[in-house]
Amino acid sequence: MNPLLRLTNVTKRFGGLIAVNDVSFSADEGSITGIIGPNGAGKTTLFNLLTGNYAPDGGDILFRDVSLVGRKPHEIVALGVARTFQSIRLFTSLSVLENALAGRHCRMRAGLLASMFGTAAQRREEQAAVDRAVRELEFTGLAGFLNDTAGSLSYGNRRLLEIARALASDPILIALDEPAGSMNQPETEVLVRLIRAVRDRGITVMLIEHDMGLVMQVCQKLIVLEYGIKIAEGSPAEIRDNPRVIEAYLGQD
Amino acid sequence: MDLLFQQLVNGLAVGGIYSLVALGYTMVYGVLKLINFAHGDLFTIGAYLGLTLFVAMGSAGTLPGFAAVLPVAVMVMGLTALLGGALERVAYRPLRKAGRLSAVVSALGASIFFQNAVMLVWGANYEVYPEVMRPSTVVFLFDTGVPLIRLIIIGVSLLLMLTLYGFIHHTRTGTAVRAAAIDQGAAALMGINVNRIITLVFLIGAGLGGAAGIMVGMSYGQIDFSMGFSYGLKAFTAAVLGGIGNIPGAMLGGMLLGLIETLGSAYLTIAWKDAISFFVLILILVIRPTGILGERTAEKL
Amino acid sequence: MTSTFRRAKIPALIALTALAAVLPLALNPYWTAVFVSIGLGALLSLSLNVILGRAGIFNMGHAAFYAVGAYVTAVLNTRYQIPVLWLLPVAGAASGLCALLAARPIIHLRGDYLLIVTVGIVEIVRIALVNDVGGLTGGANGIFGIARPEIFGIRIRRDIQFYYLVWGAVGLTVALFSRLDRSRVGRALSCIKEDDTAAEGCGIAVARYKLLAFGLGAFWAGMAGALFAAKMTIISPGSFTFWDSVLLFAAVTLGGGSQAGAVLGAFLVFGLPEIFRDFASARMLVFGLALMAMMVVRPQGLLPPAPRRYDTRFRARGERAAGDGA
Repeated sequence: MNPLLRLTNVTKRFGGLIAVNDVSFSADEGSITGIIGPNGAGKTTLFNLLTGNYAPDGGDILFRDVSLVGRKPHEIVALGVARTFQSIRLFTSLSVLENALAGRHCRMRAGLLASMFGTAAQRREEQAAVDRAVRELEFTGLAGFLNDTAGSLSYGNRRLLEIARALASDPILIALDEPAGSMNQPETEVLVRLIRAVRDRGITVMLIEHDMGLVMQVCQKLIVLEYGIKIAEGSPAEIRDNPRVIEAYLGQD
Repeated sequence: MDLLFQQLVNGLAVGGIYSLVALGYTMVYGVLKLINFAHGDLFTIGAYLGLTLFVAMGSAGTLPGFAAVLPVAVMVMGLTALLGGALERVAYRPLRKAGRLSAVVSALGASIFFQNAVMLVWGANYEVYPEVMRPSTVVFLFDTGVPLIRLIIIGVSLLLMLTLYGFIHHTRTGTAVRAAAIDQGAAALMGINVNRIITLVFLIGAGLGGAAGIMVGMSYGQIDFSMGFSYGLKAFTAAVLGGIGNIPGAMLGGMLLGLIETLGSAYLTIAWKDAISFFVLILILVIRPTGILGERTAEKL
Repeated sequence: MTSTFRRAKIPALIALTALAAVLPLALNPYWTAVFVSIGLGALLSLSLNVILGRAGIFNMGHAAFYAVGAYVTAVLNTRYQIPVLWLLPVAGAASGLCALLAARPIIHLRGDYLLIVTVGIVEIVRIALVNDVGGLTGGANGIFGIARPEIFGIRIRRDIQFYYLVWGAVGLTVALFSRLDRSRVGRALSCIKEDDTAAEGCGIAVARYKLLAFGLGAFWAGMAGALFAAKMTIISPGSFTFWDSVLLFAAVTLGGGSQAGAVLGAFLVFGLPEIFRDFASARMLVFGLALMAMMVVRPQGLLPPAPRRYDTRFRARGERAAGDGA
């Protein structure tokens, strides 16, 4: 069976800078893959290529043997690739529930007229979406904040809400950009359990993370980037002992 | 050929005026991300103040000579600058933290206020600049007669723009202005008094607008209370055309717009004169969404 | 739809409707006419609210779409004697189509760039009307002799009749747009207004929804234009200027984004200058000051939309949605 996601020779340039340079790897269905590397290694750029925010200058990205290159971000979400943002991009003035509902949007059908006239089908769909959004908020531990505005949440909870929003879109693959950023130790432990629970639902996980403890704990496979180049790939144990990786990290710190 | 040359001179003169007004829009936008809709009316006020001061200086007897234009212009620039500074304090500073929309509407309110204030003070009819201020001398360049006043306007507007450019790029304060335009927060952390910079930007922009107002009076003779609207709109278009927030962009956009409009109405169609600039604007923005010199900023995700 | 929220709202709505219904009995003819124009302003303000208030698209050229509706109605009515009310959807469709065509290449522009382009569009439309494009628009004089509308054999002619027609349309619009607000489409527009990159990233087709908002707002403005043409019987380019667009922009922003706010904004922008008539020539001066003061005092607008509330007690409803998605 082919892997769920396959990147082949993906390259992205910004002017003279090659942010992602000829990177290839794949992720199997149901796995948790970590992407690590020093700051500026091209990790987030790689995610932006995957989710259609940037177009690659070369190479191909195949998801279930369908190329994602040239598709718009919302089309890629509809295909089953959801993401969270490193900088946390919630709709801060909307409620927590509505943020989760926004993720559900792409699985709903009601159009302009159905919405304006409130057809029976539209109302059924709306209620089902609310139910589903609430479930995802329960799943991520945010059920107590349904009607609070997203902007009033703590940073840790905002990260969780981004995950809930992504989950509401029925993803096959979820891409988490530094999910543990600005989380304290207990929050990170909750996150670890959450990521595993997501995987246990059959959703493939890819994550960028600086918290090595978390990465080593949850990932089956790690991809190491430095200056846009993939310098290593393997299990956490292999990566831990890889001299190039050690050099890249020690060289930086 | 003669006609073309004359039209080029006309275009550059109008363009110079557009550029000066556009600078006010673009500098304020650069620092505050605000469209100062009242800027066009400061320009109108400049035109009226110029007339009033000039006539007042000569009210004792005969009108003063053309030489009096210079002190009048300096005074007008000073007064409109102060008005610009006051405008910022009253209408915009309280809204600094609020959304963009509320500042836009406050600016529209200020524009309505100024326009009607001018109408109440100077009347709803147009006013005429005295002949003394508008030398009818014609000079011959390349065997073509060109009104001297147009050349003066081109010269003065270029001089003002170069001075501003030098100030922004080669002085400490100018660097602070550029820094505040890039990132107010960071500029404040570097010890720049952002409030002072914003006030300064309003002073300079309004002063240049006032100067442009006098130029219109001297060039076309007639001024009226609502002229800030059409000039303001054109100048703002020029600023966007060049890439709003970008100082050389406003200069380039203004000159380009003046030329396009003058040549377009001379050679294509006079009936569509006021629409030409908008067609060009839309065309350029479709091709380059941030204007000619505007930078594309890649968004950080 | 939490019940407390609804319970407070329904009596207020009934009271307002009753007030609107009996109000003309207390008004003299002058004020009835003023209320008709405020009603038309409210329709326009509601239509722009979809674009500017809900989706956050800076459209300062809304009068262009109003003009298209009014002129389509005027031309078809005076040339082919098609009844005005039949022309309502035609005028709306023409406006909506024009808006979609005009917005398609520019919809990706950032806020202020879009604003100046829409200003350009309204100016181009006005100049086109003045220049009598295609010999259809009658140039600067415009078109006259537009028929009055007729409903069930009653010819709508007097201001008081227009009052009920126009304010009835306002009520219907508020009802439909409030539904829209609470739907998937309305939420998508709110998300786009807050952060369009995030909206696209979580699966919302941002460009399509922006166009949808533009098209819907223009459709409604076109229908308002048809009513305006029928009310005035004479239309000319002077009614559809940048200035009119500016007033609408101010009305929506003053309102704060809700339906009630859009109607209130229309009252302030089109009604206040009438109330300030006592100031005679200074009335616009006072209006300008009032506009500034209102924004400084309440930058978020007078009536920002109330947060949407949803029925989240699905467990109590027997988990009937258990099959959904997951």
